[in-house]
Amino acid sequence: MNPAAIPTNPPVATPFFFYLLATVMIIGGILVITRKNAVHSAMALITTLLAQAALYLMLYAPFVAGVQIILYAGGIMVLFLFVIMLISIERTEKERQFNKQWLVGIAAAAALGGLFIAVYTTTTSGRTLFPEGKLSYAEGENTQRIAGLLFDRATGTYMFAFEIASLLLLVAIIGAVVMAKKRI
Amino acid sequence: MHAMLDISTLHYLVLGAALFLLGVIGVLTRRNVVIVLMSIELILNAVNLNLVAFSRYWQGIHGTGALHGQVFAIFIITDAAAEAAVGLGILIAFFRNKETVNVDEVNLLKW
Repeated sequence: MNPAAIPTNPPVATPFFFYLLATVMIIGGILVITRKNAVHSAMALITTLLAQAALYLMLYAPFVAGVQIILYAGGIMVLFLFVIMLISIERTEKERQFNKQWLVGIAAAAALGGLFIAVYTTTTSGRTLFPEGKLSYAEGENTQRIAGLLFDRATGTYMFAFEIASLLLLVAIIGAVVMAKKRI
Repeated sequence: MHAMLDISTLHYLVLGAALFLLGVIGVLTRRNVVIVLMSIELILNAVNLNLVAFSRYWQGIHGTGALHGQVFAIFIITDAAAEAAVGLGILIAFFRNKETVNVDEVNLLKW
């Protein structure tokens, strides 16, 4: 790779955008799990996914960001919206929205949160498990390198997994058609 | 002061953990199956964020060719698409039979 292609000046205002996008994602996530109307939840989830795509861009993952927007926000969420339209929203909106498992939910969240805090604050010989310093800014040909990992015969570590993924999608398509058929 | 403002891998991990917890709470407490599935998408996205952040960290050590985390994120997006298709297919079949989308009324296999 050409060393001159690596940008030497870091992007400006990265912390500001990180905190902005993180706030958008957290608020979107809270809206997803609290809205009565499933369409509103879907809209909040789309906002969260788009903010996450922007975070991918900040992490120098443009290909994953594009896949996130096209496949997640564009494909999967449209599927969700279709199904929400198929089932009757008006009646489900008047029903009770939460089951009586608040205690279990809070307990599980507290346990998992405690686990996360314990892992992320663990120090071995004065250092946390994950370094706190700034991330490097070298970029490379991201999409080509991902394609190399996926398809290249010489360096394609994930070629077999890629084929299995296509098989998984085929099975999922057949499964979805069979499930949604009127008479099986 | 400036070093504190820098965004490290840990920032992304904490954000991913927060999203994961929101998804867990949504799965455990909501009754609407569609919103439960959306909460599962939140969980998968939290994992994806962690993977891409680790990929960034890994690139800082091993050079820009170390993109295994991003490849894993793409595989997880594939999984999410398959899961959404099958899950929503099951939901449509269930709604046709029982005229409801509430998880706690799904008791056909209970005895």
